[in-house]
Amino acid sequence: MSEPTVADTRRLNSKPQDLTDAYGPPSNFLEIDVYDPQTIGVGRNRFTTYEVRMRTNLPIFKLKESCVRRRYSDFEWLKNELERDSKIVVPPLPGKALKRQLPFRGDEGIFEESFIEERRVGLEQFINRIAGHPLAQNERCLHMFLQEESIDRNYIPGKV
Amino acid sequence: MSFFSFGQSAEIDIVLNDAETRKKVEHKTEDGKKDKYFLFYDGETVSGKVNITLKNPGKRLEHQGIKIEFIGQIELYYDRGNHHEFVSLVKDLARPGEMTQSQTFDFEFTHVEKPYESYTGQNVKLRYFLRATVSRRLNDISKEMDIVVHTLSTYPELNSSIKMEVGIEDCLHIEFEYNKSKYHLKDVIVGKIYFLLVRIKIKHMEIDIIKRETTGTGPNVYHENDTIAKYEIMDGAPVRGESIPIRLFLAGYEMTPTMRDINKKFSVRYYLNLVLIDEEERRYFKQQEIILWRKGDIVRKSMSHQAAIASQRFEGSASAERALAQAKEDND
Repeated sequence: MSEPTVADTRRLNSKPQDLTDAYGPPSNFLEIDVYDPQTIGVGRNRFTTYEVRMRTNLPIFKLKESCVRRRYSDFEWLKNELERDSKIVVPPLPGKALKRQLPFRGDEGIFEESFIEERRVGLEQFINRIAGHPLAQNERCLHMFLQEESIDRNYIPGKV
Repeated sequence: MSFFSFGQSAEIDIVLNDAETRKKVEHKTEDGKKDKYFLFYDGETVSGKVNITLKNPGKRLEHQGIKIEFIGQIELYYDRGNHHEFVSLVKDLARPGEMTQSQTFDFEFTHVEKPYESYTGQNVKLRYFLRATVSRRLNDISKEMDIVVHTLSTYPELNSSIKMEVGIEDCLHIEFEYNKSKYHLKDVIVGKIYFLLVRIKIKHMEIDIIKRETTGTGPNVYHENDTIAKYEIMDGAPVRGESIPIRLFLAGYEMTPTMRDINKKFSVRYYLNLVLIDEEERRYFKQQEIILWRKGDIVRKSMSHQAAIASQRFEGSASAERALAQAKEDND
């Protein structure tokens, strides 16, 4: 009568890990903060800008630290560029809040503090989700959005 | 089916000769339930008795002949009308005449070839059954008895490991390794994932077993994918140089052997899917086919002579020969 054989379940051999790899900074460091909303201008020509600060060690980004000012319509521009050129499913932006832009409201409309805060959070989530996507990281529009002083809407779209 | 209560009708019952000793196994029916059926292997003889019991004692049963068939067939669900019979044997039990009382007929299908394993899937079914028929002018009386067939294999001579480096340029490079390419149904998948480059934020990693049932040919090929298992192997973010072990016991999952192009009608194949999920729920995956095969059970002293022959065909090992000699001793 044959004995039942027990399967060999020992781990496969693996290379020991280099301690600098184990305890060094991770190679996937990418943090983007959207903060410091400032409302610029007067009356009907007011708009709000946000500071977009990026810190990273990913080699695909030219600058390891960058800080730019962007407004909501810049985020919309980025969303449209990515939807057209990249293969990714672009996450949603926080709402356009058209109702808040109508006259005769009891409050400050789109310059209401609570609304600006809500929008800031949404924009931060949006940009972090996109910037971490390997396919979005190839797009010129993303690099221009994050790391160049101003957005040149007449740029030539392309891959990095 | 008889709509009239005049005349004579009969009940058919098929009983195997080795019903007491033959093993029964569970097999899924089309509606998902599980039933037990007698288990047969390729080459085994199928023998038994057909009992025909007259419902109204005293009345005669006129018939056009009584026979028993052994059928192996493939049924495609989208083409129900056409059964593809790959095994079809018949034994005549009685010439046309009449029965005056209940009777029992012996039958034997000797060393029947059963080339494929029984399979009940999403779009196709392969089954073996005995069918006893009393032919009559208006309507036949028949009874079917399903059996289950398992196909056995031995340890393959060549069973190389699977080792590959895959990734997304500049973002993620991994090297994965599985200890074998062919696993039996109660085997263990032992492997490892080695991270060469990690520039994305990984949240966790899992390994899935996917069953793919393919039916149809040419332009009408249809694949049905089913995730049989999901097994998390890593929780948290890995860094370069880390090695994550894999140990996945297959016995806990309901799987069949790999079936390739059965009678040119269908295939059932299995794949390991390695899935990495990052912090934004993006999924990165690599699929790899594995071959599954069925190992014969441990040869037991009480095994019948026939089953010992069947297992010897496939085991070819010293232990099976010993069992064969032992079984012969027992039966003599």
